[in-house]
Amino acid sequence: MGGCGVSELGALKRSGVEQVTEMAENQSGSLMARLAEKLQSSWKTVVVAVPFLWLLIFFLAPFFMVLKISLAESVFAQPPYTPLVEWVSEGILAIRIVFDNFVFLWEDNLYLNTYLNSIKISSISTVLCLLVGYPIAYGIVRSSPTVRNIFLLMVILPFWTSFLLRVYAWMGLLADQGTINSLLIWLGIIDEPIRMLYTEFSVYVGIVYTYLPFMILPLYANMEKLDISLLEAAADLGAKPAVTFLTVTLPMTIPGIIAGSLLVFIPATGEYVIPDLLGGGNVQMIGRVLYNEFTANTDWPVASAVAIVLLLVLVLPMMLYQHIQSKESDS
Amino acid sequence: MKGEAVASSVNRPWLDPGQTPFIKIQGVTKSFGPFVAVDNVDLDIYQGELFALLGGSGCGKTTLLRMMAGFETPTSGRIVIDGIDMTDVPPYERPVNMMFQSYALFPHMTVEKNVAYGLKRDGLPKGEIDERVDAMLSMVELSSLSKRKPHQLSGGQRQRVALARSLVKKPKVLLLDEPLGALDKRLREQTQYELMDLQDRLGITFVVVTHDQEEAMTLSTRIAVMDAGSFMQIGTPTEIYEYPESRLVADFIGSTNMFEGIVHQQDEEHVIVKVAELDADIMIEHSAAAADGSKVWVAVRPEKIILSPSEPLNTDINVLRGVVDDIGYFGNSSTYRIRLENDLIVQVTHPNQSRPRDARHVAEWEDVVYLSWEPSSGVVLNK
Repeated sequence: MGGCGVSELGALKRSGVEQVTEMAENQSGSLMARLAEKLQSSWKTVVVAVPFLWLLIFFLAPFFMVLKISLAESVFAQPPYTPLVEWVSEGILAIRIVFDNFVFLWEDNLYLNTYLNSIKISSISTVLCLLVGYPIAYGIVRSSPTVRNIFLLMVILPFWTSFLLRVYAWMGLLADQGTINSLLIWLGIIDEPIRMLYTEFSVYVGIVYTYLPFMILPLYANMEKLDISLLEAAADLGAKPAVTFLTVTLPMTIPGIIAGSLLVFIPATGEYVIPDLLGGGNVQMIGRVLYNEFTANTDWPVASAVAIVLLLVLVLPMMLYQHIQSKESDS
Repeated sequence: MKGEAVASSVNRPWLDPGQTPFIKIQGVTKSFGPFVAVDNVDLDIYQGELFALLGGSGCGKTTLLRMMAGFETPTSGRIVIDGIDMTDVPPYERPVNMMFQSYALFPHMTVEKNVAYGLKRDGLPKGEIDERVDAMLSMVELSSLSKRKPHQLSGGQRQRVALARSLVKKPKVLLLDEPLGALDKRLREQTQYELMDLQDRLGITFVVVTHDQEEAMTLSTRIAVMDAGSFMQIGTPTEIYEYPESRLVADFIGSTNMFEGIVHQQDEEHVIVKVAELDADIMIEHSAAAADGSKVWVAVRPEKIILSPSEPLNTDINVLRGVVDDIGYFGNSSTYRIRLENDLIVQVTHPNQSRPRDARHVAEWEDVVYLSWEPSSGVVLNK
């Protein structure tokens, strides 16, 4: 992306030289046309450059900073890591790259297990979101236009209150002395409170609750385009409703399922707040480990390495999705 | 049925009282809230017919078709197909298939899979499915495209896939919703004849919904003209065109000149209608179902009016004089708009049987011309 901008600049410079030679040859008529064309193409470059610049400043630069720190060593200093480039003595520049942090992540089972546990929790949460979100999205698409807008509003409504507040609300609901347990005891259904808070269960509740809209909205957008006459055609050809669903509706909504699943899976894997507040110390997820490395251990290089590996874990499914999509649009 | 010769009941089963209708629609009403889409209609369609439901948008023709397919349930009334009451049978259990206006091909399946879909639902053995799909695809000349997906086909090819898919199950009735609507004119004409030929070969009863009167006229054995949820008239294309029963039908099918008048005189074979706006009498050669002095309309088709530059010598009945106001040249014929002395416009269609000499047609702009027609050409309408 950066390369593209640079080569365009090169082209512009070259065109300047050409202009001079052309003026010398006195071809002013075609020159005006060429100039207009160049101006237009450079304007296009400017338009495209804005998102590239944004990504460069706010994504690529921080990424390289984190990458740099992950290749350093932890020291008791300010900042708490060794510099990448250093003047050793007069006139000698040393570049110090250390892969110890990545090796450490591999050798210490804690990290591998935490990654696996994070992926397990986010995978199960994604499936749960899909199981809950799919019928909701389908119901919204099939309802009348006025009801549909109310439902959609209700899906988006939680975003209008603070995320933290909502997680704290769940703590109040799920705690041993919380609303749900008190209600069940009062009703005489249980004698002892059921332990829900600070278990994997509460983490699942939190993640599914928080990320459900990210599943419903892409599914809704996908299902809205589903032509009802396709379902009628299936019924007309002898397919019972369940068969119509399996042979027409489900295959046609796969793009929505993939989009929604990625939107849930990716942020859920790196989730920090939910496992910290609802899981307590009992549910290890990589986001918490990363946070602890940064704050409690002040080991910025290891924390950075954790972040880099997490990024790789998340980028892979994304690339897979891109690959499938481009293959689909080819066929 | 006026004027029709006694027909053989093989081609015209509806004339034979001994025939049992294949599709029987009895007092069917469908309302959506306060809106009545189909209003208490009765209709008999016979085996092997190519029946057209013709009408403008919102007349209820598609709703009626969808009730036959089972996508809508009648608010009241019954639909019987081949002796079995289908009113509450779901679409997937009806011996009826539909070709959708949008074709509704499954975009994620190949042509082959689309056509095989219905047979698979019946649980037929794979060998038989393949055989029947192949036979059907070769019939619609799509064998070479069987592995393509719908989006890789042209409009005409998609239409043929949809047709193959709806015919492969050998339904008792094929319902077609605007089957030719999405095709261009040339392809439409060609497909029209292919459809008729196919229907003839397979002997399946076709019910076609269309808003295109030309399509309905050429395709069908009988037409039901619909308006506001009711049938205005049911009959063969000739009956509908030549003997419309109301102004609405006369206006909807083809174009027509309509004169309002009062029944002046009538006997067994003739009616004379006094038309105030023409300040003349029109003679029609059949009896009107109206009393003397009652208000009626006389419809005369443009192609039944003779256009001549000089006054007709042999008759003074049904003769009008006017000036050519406009000419529409269609190649095979021309339509002349003649302005009468009282500024009334009469349309006349004249076939271009010979090449014009010196690029001159039978009449040119601003020519004074005479219009005349046979007493048998007009139709008296009282509604």
